Amino acid sequence: MNLRRVLTPIAAIVIFLVLWELLVWVKQWPNYKMASPSDIWPAFWKFKALFFEYGWQTLWRTIAGLALSILVGTLLGLLMGMSKNIRDALYPLLVGFNAIPKATVVPIIALMFVGQHDMNTILMAFMISFFPIAVSVSIGLSTLEPEYRDILRSLGASRFTIFRKIALPKTLPEFFGALKVAVTLAFIGTNLVEIIEPHGRGLGHLFDSAKISSDYPLMFAVLIALAFMGILLYYVVVVLEQIFAGWAERAPT
Amino acid sequence: MPDPQAVNSAENLPLIHLKSVSHTFNTATGPLPVLESLNLSVAQDKFTAVVGPSGCGKSTLTRLIAGLMKPDEGEVWLHGERVVSPRATVGMAFQNPVLLEWRSILKNVMLPLEIVQSRMPNREKEERARFLLSLVGLDGFEDKRPSELSGGMRQRASLCRALVHKPDVLILDEPFGALDAFTREDLWQTMHSLREQEPFTALLITHDLRESIFLADEVVVLSGRPAYAQHLLTVDMPEKRTLDDLYTAKATDMLATLRQQIQVAQKREGSPIVDSTSAGSAA
Repeated sequence: MNLRRVLTPIAAIVIFLVLWELLVWVKQWPNYKMASPSDIWPAFWKFKALFFEYGWQTLWRTIAGLALSILVGTLLGLLMGMSKNIRDALYPLLVGFNAIPKATVVPIIALMFVGQHDMNTILMAFMISFFPIAVSVSIGLSTLEPEYRDILRSLGASRFTIFRKIALPKTLPEFFGALKVAVTLAFIGTNLVEIIEPHGRGLGHLFDSAKISSDYPLMFAVLIALAFMGILLYYVVVVLEQIFAGWAERAPT
Repeated sequence: MPDPQAVNSAENLPLIHLKSVSHTFNTATGPLPVLESLNLSVAQDKFTAVVGPSGCGKSTLTRLIAGLMKPDEGEVWLHGERVVSPRATVGMAFQNPVLLEWRSILKNVMLPLEIVQSRMPNREKEERARFLLSLVGLDGFEDKRPSELSGGMRQRASLCRALVHKPDVLILDEPFGALDAFTREDLWQTMHSLREQEPFTALLITHDLRESIFLADEVVVLSGRPAYAQHLLTVDMPEKRTLDDLYTAKATDMLATLRQQIQVAQKREGSPIVDSTSAGSAA
């Protein structure tokens, strides 16, 4: 059972790689059109030290951005979930902000905080990923059935107690659902800054260097490395979800 | 009904006492009066059932007694004190058992103690919860999650949660409404055995007339909206009841009376005839 849960996704990835390799081989594409998995591994191996160094830089900035997202997103979600007025006031602003293509914001941030590369990158990871968290927390709170509240309110419990004992745990499944989306978004945020506003750090910079030197397999290798880190962080969230909100998962019937 | 505890209570004041309570909701289509000069009292350790047409303000009544709402006019008294805000001495159970999915059954039952008796040692809270769970026949299910239990079992757990902090007043808002007939009758008997173990004062809102006479000492019929206490029926049944007591001539007479009163209540339009209300002086 548990072995199956590990092997199924691995098998899917292997099949995907084989099909990719076959497609490139059958079509006889040159690697500047489409690199194949067998080209990518040597490219990775050649620069493996850089991959680890830059990969770590990208990873920690993404995690820092996510942490900021969780903090601000949860706070916004709380405010919107508890007050209909705040919800009505903030929704158009948030949707509008979220609709702006973040690539266009990179030069603005770069000019605003010249030279603050780490902060710019973290800021972008945050800006692109807090929205789903805010929305899901607010929906989780605003859809709480009144009887849940009444059970504790009738005992004279404070608003904070009701929030801590009922509203917060009840919102956790929605929160983790949003966090899974936010994880992948945050990677997009970090790399936008690393690619558009190159400052010699992160996997985005490695991608940019590969592009300049026309090393196509290396470009693909960077993309695969990003995908790999995204999957890794996603499963970290899955583990956390099972620890804190495992109760929401029903036994299959 | 010679009840020593009721006689001994402070100057024989009723435990729950509503004095000409009126309440109006403001809805999108204009003001909607739900309660009008409602008088109601329940003596210590007595069980009162409230029946009435749909939408006549029965749930509003429970929220007023629990202190979750304040009436526009009139007064609500509990234990000789005026109710102005929620009180820890009330236990509530609803049609929806509203158990917390992330807690075990045992932890669900312990929840009110965490609020009301936060200083009680955890072991004592657990003992109290286990004791109640065994009373309702849920021993062995303490560590299960609510989603693993049937509807009737969940409602049993919800009753334990309502009683765990030994409330003065138990407010039951159609707790058996969503259960099938056999499970419901099971739970009626559970209610009786719980009362026998630990006497409590209860107000039950229900749509089921048989349930009202089987469980209660007195049945109050509310009029149509805006509601006042239209009729008070004192249940003439032995203290220890079995389901057979529902199939006697006496029970049939009581049910017929209640049915008639409900029919009157359903036809009611316009203003109430306040002086026909006898519920206020019943205790």
